[in-house]
Amino acid sequence: MYEAATPYISKEHREFLKKVKRKNVLIRVTQFALLILFFATWEIVARYKIVDPFLVSQPSRMLKTMMTLSQNGSLFMHIWVTLSETIIGFTLGTIIGMIIAILLWWSDFLSKVAEPYLVVLNSLPKIALGPIFIVWMGNGEAPIITMALAISLIVTIISLQTGFKEVDEEKIKLLKTFGATKMQILTKCILPASVPTIISAIKINIGLSWVGVITGEFLVSKAGLGYLIVYGGQIFKLDLVMTSVMILSILSALMYIFIVYLEKKLIRWR
Amino acid sequence: MNKIMVSLKDVSFNYHTLEGETEALKNISFDVYEGEFVGIIGPSGCGKSTLLSIISGLLKPSYGSVEVNGKIGYMLQKDHLFEWRNIWQNALLGLEIQKSLTEESKKYVEGLLVKYGLGEFKNHYPNQLSGGMRQRAALIRTLALKPDILLLDEAFSALDYQTRLAISDEVYKILKYEQKTAVIVTHDISEAISMCDRIVVLSNRPAHVKKIYDIVLTCEDRTPIGCRKAPEFREYFNSIWKELDVHV
Repeated sequence: MYEAATPYISKEHREFLKKVKRKNVLIRVTQFALLILFFATWEIVARYKIVDPFLVSQPSRMLKTMMTLSQNGSLFMHIWVTLSETIIGFTLGTIIGMIIAILLWWSDFLSKVAEPYLVVLNSLPKIALGPIFIVWMGNGEAPIITMALAISLIVTIISLQTGFKEVDEEKIKLLKTFGATKMQILTKCILPASVPTIISAIKINIGLSWVGVITGEFLVSKAGLGYLIVYGGQIFKLDLVMTSVMILSILSALMYIFIVYLEKKLIRWR
Repeated sequence: MNKIMVSLKDVSFNYHTLEGETEALKNISFDVYEGEFVGIIGPSGCGKSTLLSIISGLLKPSYGSVEVNGKIGYMLQKDHLFEWRNIWQNALLGLEIQKSLTEESKKYVEGLLVKYGLGEFKNHYPNQLSGGMRQRAALIRTLALKPDILLLDEAFSALDYQTRLAISDEVYKILKYEQKTAVIVTHDISEAISMCDRIVVLSNRPAHVKKIYDIVLTCEDRTPIGCRKAPEFREYFNSIWKELDVHV
């Protein structure tokens, strides 16, 4: 009844579908063309010394840098270090944030007590805590992951808590008329109803975890893309800096796409 | 005399807020007999829904006693089907909560869905159904628990007028067919007269029972739509309208 089961499509409708499709193709082509144009212009202005390639690097030199780095295997090592730190920080931030948000939902008392602390911690620039983490945890991966966690955790708690509170009171009343326990209200209603909120918190979290990890690597690190960027900056090797930034943007885009895919899988009922 | 299903004796209820204490209900007494449909009508905000919450046990009365003989099913203003569950999973929600999901109870719900025209829509999600179908699904979710008494809290007020007429007709037939007792809260006078055997008229806050009408309609077709044609319909309407004493 609600599926388009009719095999017959009128001419008018076919025209309409074609028009929509054509527009979508045009959007994709333009997006791709812009990218090509950007890199081509960059390459040309650098090659003909209109701008100094020493300062802005150059796509062909970035490719070369990427090749050299990948040949001695260090490229993948650096990518892996940053990626693993981000994934760990992001996962911890999401899980711990979720647990705390559930606790705050569960106990109104706890939530009222925690409120001013959350407000202060939320507005505190977490980067200021960097030196403290380094003193406490040394110069390994621990302070970097902690930085990613510090940046993403409070935002996660606050956005999930707000989401939980916005679940329709009447839905909860319905469950109460069935005699539901608080645990059942949580698992049957609050959590599934908050899946869209959770997904959007995860999306924000990914971005923030990248910020946390790169900042952490800027402060203290022996490997990772953040390390490459700082190192490249210090020895004035802009090729290295630009290449790392490029890889970073590709990685974060891929991770975002993965979450969007996950979203489609989880929210089929929309 | 039929069996008494719900008995309210001098029920009072006070709300407590920081601003003070509000009397919502005052000395409310009436009985509901088996198989009877009792309407509760009153000015808006007079505490009709509070009364239902007290009957269902969600709230405890400040004073007075409530006696209920049988299992209660509650229908809220909107269908509140869970968007993330399909119709089948929604219909089983109550059984799931009460941990009485058995092969037998599943078969019973399946039977209800088929009987009331939702058999083919089991795997559809709520947003794929019309308002009327959603309401029916919500009713089946309530009936799945085999309640003896149904409490309808303005159960149709979220629907548009035409759907509402059709659905109240349908729900009436289903409830009569399943031999349920019903307490129907509404602010729609016509709806109350057309569906109920008795109507309790409540006053402004603090609500007390102003009058109880026995509705006797002479019509061949005793359905909510059919009996709107009855000659007594208008008399009841005018009388209740006066009793409600609405000033705007």
